[in-house]
Amino acid sequence: MAQADVSIKPTELQGGHGHPDKWKWYDYFTFNVDHKVIGIQYLVTSFLFYLVGGFMAVLMRTELATPNSDFLSPELYNAFLTNHGTIMIFLWIVPAAIGGFGNYLIPLMIGARDMAFPKLNAIAFWLNPPAGAVLAASFFLGGGAQSGWTSYPPLSEITANLPQTLWCVALIMVGTSSILGSVNFLVTIWKMRVPSMAWDQMPLFCWAMVATSVLALFATPVLAAAMVLLLFDINFGTSFFKPDAGGNVVVYQHLFWFYSHPAVYLMILPIFGIMSEVIPVHARKPIFGYKAIAYSSLTICLVGLFVWVHHMFTSGTAPWMRIFFTISTLIVAVPTGIKIFSWVATLWGGKIRYTTAMLFAVGLLSMFVFGGLSGVTLGAAPFDIHVHDTYYVVGHFHYVLYGGSVFGIYSGIYHWFPKITGRMLNETLGKVHFVLTFIGTILTFTPMHNLGMQGMPRRVAMYDPQFAHLNQLVTVGAYILAVSVIPFYFNVIWSWMKGKEAGPNPWNAMTMEWTTDSPPIIENWEVLPVLTHGPYAYGMERADEVGPAGEPLPTSRP
Amino acid sequence: MKQIPAPFWTLILGIAVTLISLWVGQNHNLLPVQASEQAPLVDDLFNVMMTIGTALFIVVQGAIVYSLIRFRQPKGDDTDGLPIEGNLPLEAFWTAIPAVIVVGLGLYSVVVFQEMGGFSPGGHHGHGAMVAMAPQQSVIDVAPLLLAQGLDDDTVFGKTQVYGFGASPLVQMNQPDVTVNVTGMQFAWIFRYPDTGITDGELHIPVDKDVQLKIEAQDVIHSFWVPQFRLKQDALPGEPGELRFVATREGTYPVVCAELCGSYHGAMRTQVIVHSPEDYADWVASRVAEATPTTTVAQPIEKATDAEYLAEIAPDLARSPVQIAQTGLVNH
Amino acid sequence: MQGAIDSTPVVTGHEVAAHEEHQDLRVLGLITFLASEFLMFAGFFAVFLVFRGSHVQWPPEETEVELLLPAVNTLILVSSSWVINLGTKAIKKNDLAGMRKWFGITAAMGAIFLAGQVYEYMNLGYGLKTNLFSNCFYLTTGFHGAHVFIGLLLILGVLWRSRRANHYTDITHTGPEMAEIYWHFVDVVWIVLFSLIYLLTLI
Repeated sequence: MAQADVSIKPTELQGGHGHPDKWKWYDYFTFNVDHKVIGIQYLVTSFLFYLVGGFMAVLMRTELATPNSDFLSPELYNAFLTNHGTIMIFLWIVPAAIGGFGNYLIPLMIGARDMAFPKLNAIAFWLNPPAGAVLAASFFLGGGAQSGWTSYPPLSEITANLPQTLWCVALIMVGTSSILGSVNFLVTIWKMRVPSMAWDQMPLFCWAMVATSVLALFATPVLAAAMVLLLFDINFGTSFFKPDAGGNVVVYQHLFWFYSHPAVYLMILPIFGIMSEVIPVHARKPIFGYKAIAYSSLTICLVGLFVWVHHMFTSGTAPWMRIFFTISTLIVAVPTGIKIFSWVATLWGGKIRYTTAMLFAVGLLSMFVFGGLSGVTLGAAPFDIHVHDTYYVVGHFHYVLYGGSVFGIYSGIYHWFPKITGRMLNETLGKVHFVLTFIGTILTFTPMHNLGMQGMPRRVAMYDPQFAHLNQLVTVGAYILAVSVIPFYFNVIWSWMKGKEAGPNPWNAMTMEWTTDSPPIIENWEVLPVLTHGPYAYGMERADEVGPAGEPLPTSRP
Repeated sequence: MKQIPAPFWTLILGIAVTLISLWVGQNHNLLPVQASEQAPLVDDLFNVMMTIGTALFIVVQGAIVYSLIRFRQPKGDDTDGLPIEGNLPLEAFWTAIPAVIVVGLGLYSVVVFQEMGGFSPGGHHGHGAMVAMAPQQSVIDVAPLLLAQGLDDDTVFGKTQVYGFGASPLVQMNQPDVTVNVTGMQFAWIFRYPDTGITDGELHIPVDKDVQLKIEAQDVIHSFWVPQFRLKQDALPGEPGELRFVATREGTYPVVCAELCGSYHGAMRTQVIVHSPEDYADWVASRVAEATPTTTVAQPIEKATDAEYLAEIAPDLARSPVQIAQTGLVNH
Repeated sequence: MQGAIDSTPVVTGHEVAAHEEHQDLRVLGLITFLASEFLMFAGFFAVFLVFRGSHVQWPPEETEVELLLPAVNTLILVSSSWVINLGTKAIKKNDLAGMRKWFGITAAMGAIFLAGQVYEYMNLGYGLKTNLFSNCFYLTTGFHGAHVFIGLLLILGVLWRSRRANHYTDITHTGPEMAEIYWHFVDVVWIVLFSLIYLLTLI
């Protein structure tokens, strides 16, 4: 099916202006269809939103340093907790992990010149900044949405209507972005691998992105449906979630969590992919159990679609549901365990380089063991009844989202920054960053488990004075985390301008993105590379020195 | 390592990890006192999970730390590690072990859930209790619910569904000793005793008696939680909830709203007072005496209600609908 | 396995690469997208079914649905799926005039469907806010209607582009193909919707 009017010709990417060597700085602020530009756009915007969400967290922790509500007004506190969650999920982790790393790396890893639908890709990105702007606007038009990132009706329908509406609109925008992105990833990975790359020769990050995309594709539209219904209830007089008019508040929770539990996996599966890339390179060993890791991603994707009710164990759920979803939730521990054990086994017998990327990857592993175990306890309904909606849950999901996703994003940045910018990050600053983050994470999120079990509910601006000491400890931890980003942002900005030149393959890694220049040329390779070895063939006979049939090395340029 | 074979060390380590985990599982002191019959059931489940969790935590973290030290890059050695790509028996092992653990935990959870009364909220078949459930002063129009029960008995989504924890299997056939209608509203709990007509801002119950709470919400979703009872049930507008339990320990425990319900969600706290049978009888008698005919005198003598607590920490709430509603109800 | 050294033929140089990149993936992308889109409707349908199950009188007395007009409308929409298929079959035989004819008819049928929908709305006697059933009714049919409208625009777009000589031929016909797939999607959603919201009231 060769069709001239639809192909992505090499020249089309540059708008028909021939081959510029590289993009100018202002190209990054335009509707550019190059996957690498889009990847960088996603990363930079998400790292900006990270600061915004983090700032809100710091203000909330300052409020919680004392039991009484004496720093922020309770309304503002609720607006911060709502938007902290919303921003960190939808404008930080999801766009950074999926949009940023996914767009930048997937074509490079599979030997494609771009994504399957470059324009769609750019549209998907450009839905994000307006979504952020809408959320920001909601603060000035009525004080921001205040009913939590879950926005359960009836609270969300009687509190701050205009900001809540804007919140729904923002979520529909990022949701659409996510769906368009997923279509792109699936088709790209499925159809645009270099012909020499079989499915089981793909880097594991690609497998993770397949699982992520399938999940986003199936779950996100249901969130969109929930948002539409909520929007209609608030603004157009319908009564889907209004019990006094026959509506049902629990229906919203089902729709919401049908998306939002898988959303947790959207935030962690790409990170698992990053782990599987970073660990073998810096441990100098092939990944242990390639197929197990690849298939466990798919298993998590599949099982992850059927566990959502564990967020509703204390809500309006029938006994059989509480039991069914207890079992299904516990099952998720098996594929997740396989991954963790495989990574540990990859470390075992390696020659581990203590690079910052590796430190964050191992830190993640360590954090995730804890977060995963507390997750199992939450899966068991009888115990969850006690700690549901308490700080135990807050501690758990920050362990997996901060100690997991954020550590993974950091690790990925330290690993691929040389590829993206052509320069190395400063390792000393990196290690300072790691130590601060590691200590801050443990100090912030561990005491939360104690607080929750002892009786402190989540989302409170004022609390029982008996919890003051632990809360102050948490606040100190949060401040350390706030400080920890300073060396990182400084490192990134400084190294981007003045860092040491990286060369094409500073880590001596074996996946395909390292066969081109750093930063890669537009369209990635002059001549498409040929797969001569697997992605993790460390310690094996190096057959990649010369391509078959005497072709020039993939990296060589005419 | 030369003299002592590796299996020996493995055995020693295994025993050590087991002992530490067992100890941690019993002595973690993470949970508050147990004050209901359900509490020990939940805690035993948690202790088991804590034991297994501690063991896994030590083993995996130990393996990570050991690898980091033992397998760090030797100085000046730029070569790669061993090209091991997998080990099927090992992978099968670490797939099977967690699988067995989670299946075991799943089954154990079901047993605990059943003993807690999780399978019988709203009476034996999920309805029947519903008729009694309809509170007189309910803000929810119950007529369609009753109609629904008559005509459409078997619908899964029928409104006859009551959510929460019902009678434990032992007392399934018995009527509860005390029934309290619990209403959550922004930002207070109202407790009404249909048998005596008492209305209060605090929950008073007798120790060692079968207590049934019928939980509903007036405005938004709240969640009734007593940490010491290990019991929680959302108060959902339009959906009846139930918690049935036996308090086993006299004392005063917090009642906490666990579901975000608005600005002062954090202040939506009150107490449950578990009385000895005599004290409880005294309390009932005093409240009933107080509420008799001369209604105009009836000012609530609640000591530290939410409203007062609220007024203390947030003066601007003093004129909120909470107090008005609460006072109104009490005077009724 | 991942460590194996692959010896498949070398793919280098722009000749081969160009051939590989000419693959048209848009149809695949559209199908993937529609799978996702269908789940949004599934969400609406699920909500509808939950409410149906939890209400004794569904639809409530004052909000009965019309059956005759929607049935006719259904016939029109379902048969238009067959008509549009004739259109793409025509272009695959390089019969541009045939394609334009069948696409034109499809567009007309789609327009009639929408007009019928609007007529139905105007004569039902109740509006979006009347009760829970009418909420569901207008929301689902309205969302579906919006999708029909987009499908109509796609078909008109194809017709517009087909004025250019050789824009669509027996080998380049992705546009019509995508319009057809989208139209089938709209059709399938309608069949489910019609069964749930209209036919189920008969039981």
